[in-house]
Amino acid sequence: MNSIQKNRLKDQLFKYWGIACTLIGLVLLVLFIGDILIDGISRIDWAFITDLPSRKAEKSGIYTALMGSIWILLLTTIIAVPVGVAAGVYLEEYSKKNRLSAILEINISNLAGVPSIIYGLLGLEVFVRIMSLGASVLAGALTLSLLILPIIIVATREAVKAVPKSIRDASYALGASKWQTIWYQLLPASGGGILTGVILALSRAVGETAPLIVVGALAYVPFAPSNPLDEFSVLPIQIFNWISRPQHGFIENAAAAIIILLLITFVMNGIAVYFRNKWQKKWK
Amino acid sequence: MRRIKELIIEKSLLSSALITIAVTVGIILVLAIEAVSFFKEVSIFDFFTDTQWTPLFTDKHYGILPLLSGTLLTSFIAISVALPIGLSISIYLSEYAPKSFRKTIKPLLELLAAVPTVVYGFFALIVVTPFLQQFMPNLSGFNSLSAGIVMGIMIIPFISSLSEDALYAVPKDLREASYGMGATKFQTAFKVVVPAASSGIIVSIILAISRAIGETMIVAIAAGQQPRLTLDPTVPVETITAFIIQVSLGDVQHGSIEYKTIFAAGITLFAFTFLLNTISYQIRKKYQEKYE
Repeated sequence: MNSIQKNRLKDQLFKYWGIACTLIGLVLLVLFIGDILIDGISRIDWAFITDLPSRKAEKSGIYTALMGSIWILLLTTIIAVPVGVAAGVYLEEYSKKNRLSAILEINISNLAGVPSIIYGLLGLEVFVRIMSLGASVLAGALTLSLLILPIIIVATREAVKAVPKSIRDASYALGASKWQTIWYQLLPASGGGILTGVILALSRAVGETAPLIVVGALAYVPFAPSNPLDEFSVLPIQIFNWISRPQHGFIENAAAAIIILLLITFVMNGIAVYFRNKWQKKWK
Repeated sequence: MRRIKELIIEKSLLSSALITIAVTVGIILVLAIEAVSFFKEVSIFDFFTDTQWTPLFTDKHYGILPLLSGTLLTSFIAISVALPIGLSISIYLSEYAPKSFRKTIKPLLELLAAVPTVVYGFFALIVVTPFLQQFMPNLSGFNSLSAGIVMGIMIIPFISSLSEDALYAVPKDLREASYGMGATKFQTAFKVVVPAASSGIIVSIILAISRAIGETMIVAIAAGQQPRLTLDPTVPVETITAFIIQVSLGDVQHGSIEYKTIFAAGITLFAFTFLLNTISYQIRKKYQEKYE
């Protein structure tokens, strides 16, 4: 074998190695999900969704945890989206190239890399203790809002940046002020991109466990929360709690609850990808 | 009137942006204040040199080393899994794969990072550990090996996605010059494109390490809760993050030494990830200037 053949062989080998690597992660994911489906699908019925948690595995349901997750999702959306979009618009449209904008930028990139459990410690001290909200849904939602803020800010910036300059110029030429241009032109035009980022950020919030455990969310709550200051549990914490129990029935419950959680996460990701594709076509 | 309205809007948008600074300051203050009051009761010297971490026992020891070794061990295993696979994926997708394949596979790979970590913890404990025990009968039910492997699978997309962006951004001229010399794709990829994109690849690796160090649920579920200064991947260990979870699950009174330990552990974790993130940011800044 001469060196040309050797090089071609290496080239081919790497190609197949690359395909194998690309597929292995996905294959493992499919195997995992298949395994979960086998373990848990038979456990899912209407009663599993509407039952309260119980000491007996067969009687336990996810009602309180599911309601907790929905509460967290709604409150987090209300808190994080306006702040995140406003900050993103400021950084992209208003901020000049000065020290403040440089600091803001480094800071946001750093925040995106802070482990989620650290946000839990911040929430525990500031929201739960200093603001004495207790281990409430509101304290949990505030904590998660801070966690997803960098994601929403970055997504908003990218989306606003992608709007062509001609639209801005046209709006200014008609005598619109800066804010009118943003409100009536830029935000509607970049809405799809912002929405994609928001949904992805929220799907991250739904799956978060660690910060909420630190904030003090409970593994066992007898009732679904009825106002923002109530105690709460969420789906991932319920799953964590069931995984930590030795009896086999609870493992089945955990698998069933994971199916529901994955369903929520994947649907949210699917919607986000749909909006992204639709929005990307708009400017091409 | 209009000018005042515009000004008010600008200032309120600015205040939203400033919240992010408040968050950083808040994190540092909270961690520092609680950690300072922790170090009033425990000497810093013991914290870094004692080889036992037993704050929840009657014979209390506060040596962070066992938690650090647990954290570094699981992260090391995760990176050893994610790095070769993630890099191969990025090179394959950017240099070999047809465009349509690349477009469909990227969002699918990113799904790996979208799966909640508690689900990965379940995989590690219920699926991977029993599977590995068939070949390694000595493997304990909780161990850093399966937690690390599963965490590695989770962070594959962090490495593959960012590295692929870096590789893809390398100008076409470089590749064409290499092909013109008669090089194969393999030679072009490894001798021209990868070196040209090296800063971007390094950034992706650093971010993946930082992610692995801060990962919580997988290790809390599958690696165990026994702080232990060891490099043996088959026995239970405890990471910094898993310790914080363990304490948070119990009923801890504010102001007690147990309460303060989670902040002392937290500031150690924060220092590590902050350092890694800052390094990666600096590299990224330099690298952007190079191509734009």
